[in-house]
Amino acid sequence: MPSATGLPQRRELTTKPRFSDKVFRTVVTTGGLSSLLILGLIFSFLAYQGFSILKMEGFHFITGSNWQVVLDEAGNIDKANTAFGIAPMLIGTILCALIALVVAVPVSVLAALYLTFYAPPALKRFLVSIIDLMAAFPSILFGLWGFFILMPSVEYWAKLLHKYLGWIPFFKMEVPVFTRSPFIAGVVLAIMVIPIVTSISREVFAQTPLDRVQAAYALGASRWAMIRAVVIPYGRSGVVGGAMLGLGRAMGETVAVYTVLNIVYQVNWHILVGAGGNVASMILLKFGEAGAQEVKALMGAGLVLFLLTLLVNSIANAIVLRSGGKGR
Amino acid sequence: MTTVQSAVVVKPTRPWLAKPSQRLQSVGVFLLALAISYGVVAVTPMKGKLAYAAIFFIAFTALDYLLSYFTLGKSAAKDVVARGFIVSGMVIVTAPILSILVTVLLRGYKGIHASMFTTDMRASSMNDPVASGGLMHALIGTFLMVAIALIISVPLGILTALYLTEIRGRFTKPIAFLVQAMSGVPSIVAGLFILSALIYTVAHAYSGIMGSLALSILMIPTIARTSEEVLLLIPPDLREAGVALGGTQWRTVALVVVPAARSGLVTAMILGIARVAGETAPLLLVAGGSDQNNLNPFHGPMASLPYYVWKAYSFGSIESVRRAWAGILVLLVIVLVLFTAARFLSARKGK
Amino acid sequence: MTNPEESEKDMDTVTPSSLASVASGTGKKRSPGTEALGVGLEARGIHAWFEQKHVLSDISLDFWSGTVTALIGPSGCGKSTFIRTLNRMHEFIPGAAMAGQVLLDGKDIYESGTDVTKIRLKVGMVFQKPNPFPSMTIAENVLAGLKLAQLKVENKDDLLEECLERAGLWSEVKDRLSAYGGSLSGGQQQRLCIARSLAVRPQVLLMDEPCSALDPGSTLRIEETISQLSSTMTIIIVTHNMQQAARVSDYTAFFLSDGGPGQMVEVGPTGEIFSRPKDKRTENYVTGRFG
Repeated sequence: MPSATGLPQRRELTTKPRFSDKVFRTVVTTGGLSSLLILGLIFSFLAYQGFSILKMEGFHFITGSNWQVVLDEAGNIDKANTAFGIAPMLIGTILCALIALVVAVPVSVLAALYLTFYAPPALKRFLVSIIDLMAAFPSILFGLWGFFILMPSVEYWAKLLHKYLGWIPFFKMEVPVFTRSPFIAGVVLAIMVIPIVTSISREVFAQTPLDRVQAAYALGASRWAMIRAVVIPYGRSGVVGGAMLGLGRAMGETVAVYTVLNIVYQVNWHILVGAGGNVASMILLKFGEAGAQEVKALMGAGLVLFLLTLLVNSIANAIVLRSGGKGR
Repeated sequence: MTTVQSAVVVKPTRPWLAKPSQRLQSVGVFLLALAISYGVVAVTPMKGKLAYAAIFFIAFTALDYLLSYFTLGKSAAKDVVARGFIVSGMVIVTAPILSILVTVLLRGYKGIHASMFTTDMRASSMNDPVASGGLMHALIGTFLMVAIALIISVPLGILTALYLTEIRGRFTKPIAFLVQAMSGVPSIVAGLFILSALIYTVAHAYSGIMGSLALSILMIPTIARTSEEVLLLIPPDLREAGVALGGTQWRTVALVVVPAARSGLVTAMILGIARVAGETAPLLLVAGGSDQNNLNPFHGPMASLPYYVWKAYSFGSIESVRRAWAGILVLLVIVLVLFTAARFLSARKGK
Repeated sequence: MTNPEESEKDMDTVTPSSLASVASGTGKKRSPGTEALGVGLEARGIHAWFEQKHVLSDISLDFWSGTVTALIGPSGCGKSTFIRTLNRMHEFIPGAAMAGQVLLDGKDIYESGTDVTKIRLKVGMVFQKPNPFPSMTIAENVLAGLKLAQLKVENKDDLLEECLERAGLWSEVKDRLSAYGGSLSGGQQQRLCIARSLAVRPQVLLMDEPCSALDPGSTLRIEETISQLSSTMTIIIVTHNMQQAARVSDYTAFFLSDGGPGQMVEVGPTGEIFSRPKDKRTENYVTGRFG
């Protein structure tokens, strides 16, 4: 029936869903929302358990450097003498993860460039397979290997670093204990993180628009000149996203760090000295003998770690998706 | 007019590939750099693999640079140096993988013995010689916990993937975000969660089911993501065909889409298993660990392969460390088998 | 389309109603005397393969300096593949193989030991879809070739102006040289790409259907540019548009594939190809019986 303007009126297209489809939708939607439920529960329970301690400490939980539990006869916390501050471990988490990135990202980007632009097809398939395989190695394997095999070599490099670059504050040492340092933990974490950063970088590089690549070659560019002019500007943000995902992974790593690092509860900026820790390994360490109150504090620490990794991973994924990679 | 058929058949050539003389040049540079690195290390107080590797790299790159600079020019020389760095990056990435595989094999096989798979540790200590005791309890534990985790995670993971690919309702963006967020949850946090939600409140005891639940949190995102990728590969025409035949949405999905994606979904499951088979931290927190076979996932602490390795390592003696390596070898073989199966499946589907 | 058989084709007179006349209507006298400038580029017995598929068979062509040669023919007969053998871009395609020689200044560009990047400086290319570098400004785009090939130049600003002027773009962008390359219209982007190719002073310029993605106005501007450029270099242009070939080129080569590898059927001065083609297949194509 024509409307006022003379054009026929649009018909509304509706479909009444069948009952079976409605059930289907409900079932699938519920299943899909399970992740929401689980994440929400994680947040809730950790917060609930850790609440009393978090309330007690307030902001000091994150900034304080003391962790000691003193109980009175009744088994309650002696508030005057008890403190829960995770600052040293929080700093250790970030420090080890950053060392991991500094080592892993350059190497991963180079390897990704090799795989995308230099490797012959058969070799590329093989190398990609073994890198993906490494992503599936259990973290305790990295811990053992790092401790028994890597540490002697890294110790030697640490000694070199100290000898030649010891004037830089990071590399100073009061006590010459080179084993089980944040540096070594960082290197082990780097090796764990390399597969992630390499494969995301590879994805991004492979999507470099072909017409720009051809334009560069047609102008007489060598392969490296083309990479510098076209691939790197294009892939920059994707690589940053990949690096951040690696950061998130490194921050949450427990067992490998626990095995390799000598956990000492104090802030340590001298990464070559064998003392440090991260939040995850601290939780594991203290958990065995923790009393009820201390467990609550550990829950609070877990909550902080959860939120921190959530933040880093979300930003990272947003960057990676925006630059054309697949999210992780 | 008769055309004369040319007797000359022209062969395809690739004149841009390296000629034998150029390859010989590269080999020459390689050997020279090797000689230099040995020479320098012999003469100066530097030592160790790092010294050899570093000097070789510097010598090789410098020689290559000079060679290119004088034959081809500055731009080509820079290209050659960049190539040197890029190849080195690849070598540095590959070296640890090989080192790990070789180490585990060499150190682990010493601890492998036949009875290992049929005995547990109730009658032996970790410090006893490797031939006594075994890791059967650990294998059973890992198997049970992973199996139950699969039962929980596969439906939830696949349903999530189905929501994201088939229904695409208004929760799509939040759910995609949540799946990605879940995949970043540190494993110890998963353990803490189960601890706080179930063990401290209700169960007050370690058990295998708790381990499974913690593992599910880590497994669901892996399965969901891989399944989503696989489902997205199914061409939309297939769905259209199903609907055009009069199928309801659920019938189309269940009878057309899912079977078409079957091998990919199996791959997703396999990758999920591989992801959690080696997880240590959450199991330490919620499944405890034991030295005996425990076939009841609902009652009593349960061992697992990672737990076994962990415990053996922490004892610190020569024998116990051997056990640890043997345990890791078993674990690694399992991961390798799973991984190969997954790749085989996805290669067959022609992904 | 006018019927070339109508006119009495004579290279030295201007007749109004045929493609042949369009060919000589640009005002420049085309004559065999351009051979005096020498051969810019010679292709001898070029064959090309992709894996096992033989896509080009025995193409031999001479391209004279100071002329524009158009390559025409139906889609898929190997014209684009052919010009990519002329600047060694063919080898980028996985599975590519070739045979034959391409002589630039008498030297085979495929000879072993040749620096391929130097070849590409001398034989430039403009692509079908304009592809300025989006992360660079207009000025940076034009000078990109210098940076990529590590060439030193006395006065960058002069070169910048000269190239943009020759490409017919200077007046439109001289006030916004630091704007990004992507902010221009399609036709302007293509002229920017032409300016970019000119900056490295090529002897030969290959153009692969440079106007097919552009509107008619831009197309004519670029054809003007091509005519002006041709006095100092050799230009080879692949085109689907026969009127364009007639307008712009001095010589035309007709390519054809009968299901097998592409072959060059006929080559000659443009006017002759369009009015008095020697081969029946050429005649069928230029009169629109197929294509």
